[in-house]
Amino acid sequence: MKILVLISQVPDTTARIAFTNNNTQYDANGVTFIVNPYDEWYALVRALELKEAAGAGSVTSITVGGADNEATIRKALAIGADDAVRIDVAALEAYQVACEVAAYAKDKGFDLILAGKETIDFNGGQVGAMVAELLDLPYVPLASKLDVAGTTATVERDVPGGVEVLELQLPAVIGAAKGMAEQRIPNMRGIMAARTKPLTVVPSSNPASVASTVQFELPPAKGAVKMIPAEEAGKLIELLHTEAKVI
Amino acid sequence: MSTIVFIDTRGGKLPKAAQEAVTYASQLEGGPVTAVTFGDAQGLETLGAQGASKVVVARGVSTVDGQQLTKLVCDVAAAEGATTIVCVSDATGKAVAPRVAARLKAGHVAGTIGLPQGNRFTRNVFSGKARAQVEVTSATRVISLSPNSIPIGTGGGSATVQEHAGDLGPSRITVKELRKAGSGIPLPEAERVVSAGRGMKGPENWGPVEELANLLHAATACSRPVADMHWRPHHEHVGQTGVAIRPNLYIAIGISGAIQHLAGVNQSKVICVINKDPEAPFFKAADYGIVGDAFEVLPKLIEAAKKLNAER
Repeated sequence: MKILVLISQVPDTTARIAFTNNNTQYDANGVTFIVNPYDEWYALVRALELKEAAGAGSVTSITVGGADNEATIRKALAIGADDAVRIDVAALEAYQVACEVAAYAKDKGFDLILAGKETIDFNGGQVGAMVAELLDLPYVPLASKLDVAGTTATVERDVPGGVEVLELQLPAVIGAAKGMAEQRIPNMRGIMAARTKPLTVVPSSNPASVASTVQFELPPAKGAVKMIPAEEAGKLIELLHTEAKVI
Repeated sequence: MSTIVFIDTRGGKLPKAAQEAVTYASQLEGGPVTAVTFGDAQGLETLGAQGASKVVVARGVSTVDGQQLTKLVCDVAAAEGATTIVCVSDATGKAVAPRVAARLKAGHVAGTIGLPQGNRFTRNVFSGKARAQVEVTSATRVISLSPNSIPIGTGGGSATVQEHAGDLGPSRITVKELRKAGSGIPLPEAERVVSAGRGMKGPENWGPVEELANLLHAATACSRPVADMHWRPHHEHVGQTGVAIRPNLYIAIGISGAIQHLAGVNQSKVICVINKDPEAPFFKAADYGIVGDAFEVLPKLIEAAKKLNAER
């Protein structure tokens, strides 16, 4: 089974969020970047598990971004991807990234394309679906479980009030959510091997731009918390009714 | 120039999020609004109250296949000459909106939280820790609306309902099973949410949490450890890796408020935190706080909620 995993580089979960250049750019000064957790913990690890279970196949990671993505690409290789591809252009928006990935993947015969359900910086959850559309493949977002038998994939996902079990034929694109796999910590052998695994740098296919993020802002600051003594807890309900007017 | 709004009405009734999306579409000033849906829902003409002049419905279609639904939306959009396409940012919308955008080479705003300022749409980024303004530069625009972003409109007339005749192609995804773990209010569109964490000590203690939720017409939710220990079903887990919600009221009981939990709930309008640890980080994000034991505080809240309901 030939699997492609979409890997994105994001600021660490606990990183300070600030903006620069008149609030038009994320201020990356002093920020540690990590592999997007949904891509790493769920999409990549499940891809490796499926390859291991099949006893054959390959897992390729693909990243759209400049040379400053090297560390996160090597992390994906250290965890176990066989090879990596980097499309050599800054990732600016979802459609552009999807076009770059689709242009690379279209004639490579991947059986399965896995992406995290969203990145923890832009939270859009768009790229997987767009890649699927551009490649004319089925797509399931928010998958918490993925099994493959032959060319049939079984996917579970949480829906309001329960769990939905879906079946589809490969090739397909799946958006990975929590539950699909458990995080793997790369071991020393993996880290050493990652240094020599192939990383192919591919030029951009120059897709059109259709949207852009023009401005950032921090949310309005919260007012001070109003504390209510535990003995008078019932007063909270009163305040929610008369003051906050939410019940 | 016209506007299409795609809504999921499976289950036979008109979900709140769908009515919000139709209201939103009619306020975008993108020309007459045509709602597009599928399945067997009745009462579709009432979407006129939210501003739809027409509803196109693919009867007999029950699918989770984004490709079929994308074809439905794009076919209707072409027939209506639509340049604005509105979707709901939910599981169905996430499988359709980006596909429609890619097919039409249109810019997509994923999960906007209100009406645009000029051509700029606001959305939450960095898991609610910041907001971004997005400008669509293509001629056609696809806008996904986050639930709970706009009051539902009333006062419009009745919409004409028209069946969609075109073929949607084969379904490539089949539903094998739907395991219902609960009924009640769907979490993403709930206006009020009562959530509890490890402080409840065990699944057998959830009775008062559910009782309070019922009294407040709220959905129940939980923290990640609680879902991981199988005290509560996974679809109730709110937080960065679970469901992200933005209700009017979020009551957190026995949840300390780790950054990953806050990422899923920090967009709630009013946050109440009940925790016996006065140092719990959640208090910093709260509007109202009670330092106290959940098992002592909950009965008082239930009593007060009963009293309030009796007075109304």
